[in-house]
Amino acid sequence: MPERSRVRAGLASRPSRGQAAVAVLLALLGFAAAVQVRSNTEGGNYPGARRGDLAQLLDSLDAAQQRAQKQIAELEATKLQLESSSSKNVTALQQARQEAANLAILAGTVPATGPGVVIRIDDPDGAVGAATMLNAVEELRDAGAEAIEIDNTARVVAQTYFADNGGSISVDGEPVSPPYVIDAIGSAATLAVAVNFPGGLADEVKALGGTVEVQQETQVDITSVAQQPSPEYASPTP
Amino acid sequence: MIALLALVAGAVVGLFLQPTVPLALQPYLPIAIVAALDAVFGALRAYLDGVFDDKVFVISFVSNVLIAALIVYLGDQLGVGGQLSTGVVVVLGIRIFTNVAEIRRHVFHA
Repeated sequence: MPERSRVRAGLASRPSRGQAAVAVLLALLGFAAAVQVRSNTEGGNYPGARRGDLAQLLDSLDAAQQRAQKQIAELEATKLQLESSSSKNVTALQQARQEAANLAILAGTVPATGPGVVIRIDDPDGAVGAATMLNAVEELRDAGAEAIEIDNTARVVAQTYFADNGGSISVDGEPVSPPYVIDAIGSAATLAVAVNFPGGLADEVKALGGTVEVQQETQVDITSVAQQPSPEYASPTP
Repeated sequence: MIALLALVAGAVVGLFLQPTVPLALQPYLPIAIVAALDAVFGALRAYLDGVFDDKVFVISFVSNVLIAALIVYLGDQLGVGGQLSTGVVVVLGIRIFTNVAEIRRHVFHA
């Protein structure tokens, strides 16, 4: 076998100058290969990549970043919009609630409290009738009464009616009897003046043989409420 | 014998010193290694054929490495570095396969 013997001879041969040169080159090769393998495994994907590939990679990253930025801006705008519309809704809701509370007091569907007067009408002769009571309510309303109640049982609202009931009065069908106590919420001083002014309620009741007593209070509680049926025929005009 | 020892020694030194490849050499080193491998396998085949010559090996080794580096450099300058490196690797790979086939025939007679 010429090859085998040649290999054996090569492995066994003494180093010559030529073999030294070959050895140096092979050592260089081994060194370079080891270095390259190490740098390739250590540095991740990018050290081995070419300039063009890197530029492309950078471009695509830039584009992705721009897309993301745009998305962020859009989402921020949406968020802002939603926030402002929700705060608008909250304001509208608060206004609606306030309005509902105001209307409920005027309609007499909720109890009310505030400064006002308590008017006590004594009528020993039974002469005070529905007309007098209606006058009293009108005068109180003129003076700015916001909520009126008679004998702690009948809330006086727009639909309230008074009827004579032989010595007593019925308010919305509820019989009330003397002494009549009228609670009214409003400016206490103004209401008191309205009752006492010459030719007003006080004089009228006196002429009928009764007495009127007005007390100004810092807090009058009106607890009775009026029943408000839903309108059967009328509906709001849009 | 001394050549094999030198190869192993070079690899060991490279592994232990852990030098970093200079940035300027980075694109050329892999191609240069493949070219050198081609020269080494060619030399082995020539040795088994009985026509091995130290001088020829040294010259072919150095010129292989230089030409490979030159081609890659040229490709980078022309903007087709990636494709040209791939081409060089393919050609050298084919040559290595051919040489190894010849060596195999010598060693195993198959």
